Amino acid sequence: MTFAVLVFPGSNCDMDCHHVLSNVLRQPVDYVFHHETDLSKFDCVVIPGGFSYGDYLRCGAVARFSPVMQAVQDHVAAGKLVIGICNGFQVLLEAGLLPGAMVRNDCQRFVCKYVNLRTESTDTPFTRRINKDAVLRIPVAHGEGCYYADEQTLRELKEKDQVVFRYVSPEGVVTPEANPNGSVENIAGICNAERNVLGMMPHPERCSEDLLTSVDGRSIFESLLAGSV
Amino acid sequence: MMLDKALALGMKEKEYEKVVSILGRAPTETELAMYSVEWSEHCGYPRSRPLLKLFPKEGKYSAQVGEDAGGIEIEPGLMIVFKMESHNHPSQVEPKHGAATGVGGIVRDIFTCGARPIACLDSLRFGDLKTPLARYLFHGVVEGISFYGNCIGVPTVAGEVGFNPCYRGNCLVGVMSVGVVRTADIVSGIGKGVGNPVIYFGNSTGRDGIGGCSILASHEFGEGEEKRPTVQIGDPFTEKCLIEACLEALKTGAIVSLKDMGAAGLTCTTCEQAAAGGVGMEIDIGKVPLREADMESFEIMMSESQERMLGVIEKGREAEIISILEKWDLNGVVIGRVTDDGQMRVLRDGVIVAEMPAASLADPPTYYLPSEEPSYLRDVQAFDFSTICEPDDFDEALRTLLTSPDIAHKGWVFEQYDHMVQTNTVVLPGAGDAAVLRIKESSGKGIAVTTDCNSRYCFLDPYVGAQIAVAEAARNVVCVGAEPAGITDCLCFGNPEKPDRFYPFKRAVEGIADACAFFELPVVSGNVSFYNETVESGIHPTPIIGLVGVLEDVERRLTMAFRNEGDLVILLGDSLEELGGSEHLYLSRELEAGKPPALDLNKELSVQRCCLRAAQAGLLSSAHDCSEGGLAVAIAESCMTGGHGVALRLESHMRRDALLFGETQSRIVVSMLPCRLPALQSIAAECSTPLTLLGSVEGDRLTMMVNDLEIVNQLVAELDNLWRGAIACLMK
Repeated sequence: MTFAVLVFPGSNCDMDCHHVLSNVLRQPVDYVFHHETDLSKFDCVVIPGGFSYGDYLRCGAVARFSPVMQAVQDHVAAGKLVIGICNGFQVLLEAGLLPGAMVRNDCQRFVCKYVNLRTESTDTPFTRRINKDAVLRIPVAHGEGCYYADEQTLRELKEKDQVVFRYVSPEGVVTPEANPNGSVENIAGICNAERNVLGMMPHPERCSEDLLTSVDGRSIFESLLAGSV
Repeated sequence: MMLDKALALGMKEKEYEKVVSILGRAPTETELAMYSVEWSEHCGYPRSRPLLKLFPKEGKYSAQVGEDAGGIEIEPGLMIVFKMESHNHPSQVEPKHGAATGVGGIVRDIFTCGARPIACLDSLRFGDLKTPLARYLFHGVVEGISFYGNCIGVPTVAGEVGFNPCYRGNCLVGVMSVGVVRTADIVSGIGKGVGNPVIYFGNSTGRDGIGGCSILASHEFGEGEEKRPTVQIGDPFTEKCLIEACLEALKTGAIVSLKDMGAAGLTCTTCEQAAAGGVGMEIDIGKVPLREADMESFEIMMSESQERMLGVIEKGREAEIISILEKWDLNGVVIGRVTDDGQMRVLRDGVIVAEMPAASLADPPTYYLPSEEPSYLRDVQAFDFSTICEPDDFDEALRTLLTSPDIAHKGWVFEQYDHMVQTNTVVLPGAGDAAVLRIKESSGKGIAVTTDCNSRYCFLDPYVGAQIAVAEAARNVVCVGAEPAGITDCLCFGNPEKPDRFYPFKRAVEGIADACAFFELPVVSGNVSFYNETVESGIHPTPIIGLVGVLEDVERRLTMAFRNEGDLVILLGDSLEELGGSEHLYLSRELEAGKPPALDLNKELSVQRCCLRAAQAGLLSSAHDCSEGGLAVAIAESCMTGGHGVALRLESHMRRDALLFGETQSRIVVSMLPCRLPALQSIAAECSTPLTLLGSVEGDRLTMMVNDLEIVNQLVAELDNLWRGAIACLMK
């Protein structure tokens, strides 16, 4: 499977995603700079975390206007895969490729720590190798990760099984204490109705190697690869 | 009058006279501004230089001592560079941007020499956290580090936070950064090649930070002075782009030398590169990108606007470098060239506004200052401990220690920092005595990083206190399985012109130098911050040590957490009957008295060698050094981080408060599978390290029996709640 990792000025998890895809999963990966316009040779586009364009104005708000994002729209329309992590998720929301919006964490502080995620939907190319309700330990690191959607959108997300991850206790229970940022219904990750675009706040690329604190992130990348054979 | 202007800029009358004699005439306003910043303590170290020569420059690992940042070679061809710097006064005046620009500046020192920054650490000191001012500063400084460090994608992996009323009017913000570079790719700050163009990189120049180093950093705080305009404003997004652009530009090989425009901005970067290369330089500041068109020449030369660099480029390759800067939407402008006459010449639109020998700027006068033992030292050291009785309730005393902001869990701080970006953080903050990073560029190696200083010990005895800072930093990295390899320092003291303030500085430098020589640790870089005092009080002497250790095999790293039920709990080293300078004494009696714990360098080395060999042999489940709060706190922390209880049986004739809470140095608590004990005993015998079996990991309670009497019995989960919640509770 051929991967593109987008690089906006201010992206800072681009090298981490590249490292996991290339050195851990041994897949072909290219960096694609924000002013490029063609993604046709890639199967999956990764929009990494960071502070694209300094996150001035609003997280992801400037990045959506960059030339490469038109190519991402075309890539999605062609049914190919996109995963947006952290700032990448924010960019996907701003670009309208996923529903809802992101606001400042309810604690008003940046939060970097390990959280527990329950896998709500395994019917996506990103989670098909994960057991339903499996609890994954994956870190978050963001200041604006409080997911918000109105009632109608939430209902649709749930009806179409688009909620992919929720913040839970280590035992797998949705609780207010398990929610690091105040996201509505503890939502940590969602996909689009067509199921080829995933946005998630936690960072699977930070926990995909034995040496690091957890390897749970790897199952997301392995799910992607499982579909390509 | 020019002399009045010189005094207003913080110069001494004698310094002004020296400038006149160098130039053979009265200086222009711009020239005066340039001398004032370059000769300030912050840039030129005129008052500390003679003593800093005592620091050793060599150790087991090949070291390079640098002006921007020095480093150690962890394997042939691969260097870890690191440096620490203070941003105390800016942070006191404007905590968020003061701290943020501290991060920006130190990170630039790392990539200036061609290294990719891979970690930051912070050593912070504030007044009593129960006061609103301390909370405001603490909140703002942490927010500033979070704001800047997170955005630039460099993880903040370790550090320390301390609170003491002595820092009430003068907080300390020491920021350390670490980078990795192939030795072949290291770039110097030595400007060379007559005719080579001089290129300005990065942000445009504004009026922020004018006089930051000469006025703000090189004087005591007066009451109610308005110094906010001297603080710089940081833009981490530009810094991130500057990191990528510089590293990309350095790969071309077209950059001869590069220097960060930090303190003293354009003045420092031009004259220091020229002086280092023994050449001259001519620049036209009419070409400098400005934020405000009407800036005076002296303002342009003194501005400390952030995220700017100055490089000397091989002639003919300007376009190549400028195109890389443009790719990252940064300014790249040729503003001058290297000349052969040794003169620093500043033009503005063709008219000379300053001209002087470049070397004269980079060679400030040296002062040999008098020192005199402060009168308080004898009194505090003579404290009689027999007047202090043991606590009635040891459980309560332990809980008090665990909720002291100095000892409490620092999650409220480090969870605001991205400490995992770059995916190298193998031992996360709070999990071990130091953070451990893998080095992706190496053959399976890792590094351990820590900062350390107990300023109460330094207040009680600056020589011993400074030695302990080195010893404890080294012990910290040993406890995660690393061999201590090199240090940087950030020496924060009061006004050196007062002999009783200069004395602790002198003694601390001697202490560091002697300890480093003994441990064979090179001091690769560092920073001195004087004038940390206000009208009402001075700070405790605070020589902060940043230390880097090397793990030959990063898989063999250790944490402090007890891991297995049934593991033996063992103390390496001896406990002495010492309460001087302890956190327990401070919390229970509000006393900072006695002598600090004694430090025997031979014992220290023996304990460290024993622990390191056991760690490298894979014998240990955990290791944690005894520091603030003594043995009881060390044990409690291993319990709480591991979620295990422990049952200890201690035998001793000494005071029980000293046994539990005394802060004897050179002690490490380890845990291990019982079957591995003989192997540890034989290593301990070879290293002549005392070894005491304290008990075992069991259940969910922390219990301590002393001479068959149980004096501590606590549920670990309850202690954990107190410990983890203490700072958040105070910050609500």
